[in-house]
Amino acid sequence: MSIKVELQTQSQPGPGTQVAPSWPMLRTLAGIAILSGLLVVLVYQATKPIITENERILTEQAVFEVLPGAVSKVDFVLTEQGLAPAGEGAVGMAVFVGFGADAELRGVAFPGAARGYQDVIQFLFGYDPACECIVGSKVLRSTETPGLGDKIDTDPVFLENFVALDASLNPAGTALANPIVLVAHGTKTAPWQIDGISGATISGKAMARAANDAAERFVPSIRRDLAKLAAAAP
Amino acid sequence: MQDESLYFIFLNAAVVNNFVLALFLGICPFLGVSAKKDTAWNMGLAVIFVMLVSSMSAYGINWLLTELDLLFLRLICYIAVIASAVQLVEMFVKRYSPALFRSLGIFLPLITTNCAILGLALFQTAKEYDFIQSLIYALGAGAGFMLALMLMAGLREKLELARVPSVSQGAAMSLMLAGLLSLAFMGFAGLGGSHG
Amino acid sequence: MAELPNPQENLSLDTFLRGLWTENPVFAMLLGMCPVLAVTNSTMNAIAMGLATTFVLVCSSLLISLLRNWIPKQVRIASYIIIIATFVTIVDYGIQAISLELYAALGAFIQLIVVNCVILGRAEAYASKQRLHTTLVNSLGMGAGFTIALLALGTVREILGSGSILGVALFGEGFQPWVVMILPPGGFFVLGAWLLLFNWLRLRKERKVMEQSGVAANAG
Repeated sequence: MSIKVELQTQSQPGPGTQVAPSWPMLRTLAGIAILSGLLVVLVYQATKPIITENERILTEQAVFEVLPGAVSKVDFVLTEQGLAPAGEGAVGMAVFVGFGADAELRGVAFPGAARGYQDVIQFLFGYDPACECIVGSKVLRSTETPGLGDKIDTDPVFLENFVALDASLNPAGTALANPIVLVAHGTKTAPWQIDGISGATISGKAMARAANDAAERFVPSIRRDLAKLAAAAP
Repeated sequence: MQDESLYFIFLNAAVVNNFVLALFLGICPFLGVSAKKDTAWNMGLAVIFVMLVSSMSAYGINWLLTELDLLFLRLICYIAVIASAVQLVEMFVKRYSPALFRSLGIFLPLITTNCAILGLALFQTAKEYDFIQSLIYALGAGAGFMLALMLMAGLREKLELARVPSVSQGAAMSLMLAGLLSLAFMGFAGLGGSHG
Repeated sequence: MAELPNPQENLSLDTFLRGLWTENPVFAMLLGMCPVLAVTNSTMNAIAMGLATTFVLVCSSLLISLLRNWIPKQVRIASYIIIIATFVTIVDYGIQAISLELYAALGAFIQLIVVNCVILGRAEAYASKQRLHTTLVNSLGMGAGFTIALLALGTVREILGSGSILGVALFGEGFQPWVVMILPPGGFFVLGAWLLLFNWLRLRKERKVMEQSGVAANAG
């Protein structure tokens, strides 16, 4: 009923206007507020299941795209204490564990974000614990320049970098052994380096930064809780 | 959720993603009130002021509606509260500072239907800014609006002395100018992008 | 809108056609420019935005026309805004249910339909005074005019900026897209160019009329 209260403040006649009987005004505004509230709630109730379903399909598609071979997923969240199954009051960033048709763990998809040329770019990265590397990437939201910055999501040569990008941990298992960095085009020598792309230097750098930060944040927990994740197979 | 620095939020709202020239918000006043530099200045001031007020109210409403779990009423509440806030501000200014009212007065009601104001409220919600970040964002957006308006007014004042072909007089010419300004503002895009 | 039909207008073909040409909200009245410029970087977005705006325009005009005798003058703007905001919220959820990708492409501009001056302008100038059926026809015409304007921009920008139409490539591999056209400046340029074209047509027509009347005067 908060709308009604606000409306009444607005309905006060401004200085200079004639003071009219306020009852019809209140009646009209209350009537319209009730009508509009009713309509909005109806539509909200009717569309909510469809929207939730759409969102689920969209995330699922993205997860299966960055984790080759995955056909089903289980949601986890990264909490202070490590990874926990989603939906049991656990709060944190969402992580999606992908499983193949044989219920074997195929990898873990986690989100990353970094400031690009125009605005923040959001990614989803796929990590395969078997090879300790990033095996896929997808841009979820970006406003990068079409034809230049958006090459980071379309250029096949650049995306080759994310087919087996090394993200192995140091012996203590607390951080990446080698930071993921972007190097100039043609100078890639190590598996943790990303071969740069001309025309999308800043967007490419942003992607490397996002991959590095996300891996630093998620991979140590993933490795620690790997048995728990694998046991969650549907 | 958002850990952007305040400096960056300001810069982002003011020039990189300028509300008028990159996001196309508030085009109506931009084309309507940009003929003279001093009116443009007053309009800019009024917009900054209203943006700060509505940014604060939007933050409050969003918090309240999240607590009550009534997020589907957000849009309706935003527009109702912004409209009434502008009206209250107008009355307040008229009562306590007639001089300010004379310079801002006619522009204040116009601003209610300025999509930059509602846009600001929606964007700050979408970006999940906290209270201080929201205020800085509003300040940046207002400053950016004013900058665009002043530049445009400067160009149009010069243009009055030029001989323009009769076909391109009026809105067409203004739009072409805005296009050129927007092209220039694209150059700011990389600002702050590669730090860190 | 000086020649506002008041009191109540009779239904005619002109009620609909006016919105398409002489009172086209974008090209003739320069209203609702923000979405026109912002979401027209592809034909698909333009169509979606046009339909969404038309829906809100028609529904809110109808409701306002229905309630026109009950809404006191002092609170009419507040009532109109609430009614419009209601329908915009409905469209917002509707589009999310249809396609989340489309929703992401249009972004905040769906919710910004609330402050589209075309809708409030129509409510104030037409729907609040006219009967239900003329309001329906007129708002449909206005909505169609708005959609056509969006399409005029959207197709030109997509063809020049991406070399495609509705996502289908038009040109061969060798085509180098004119990227600036789908970026913000392109919106200003293309709309400016359309206005130039219309100005030119109008001026030419005026000159013809002048010449004809001049000839007639000489002959007389």
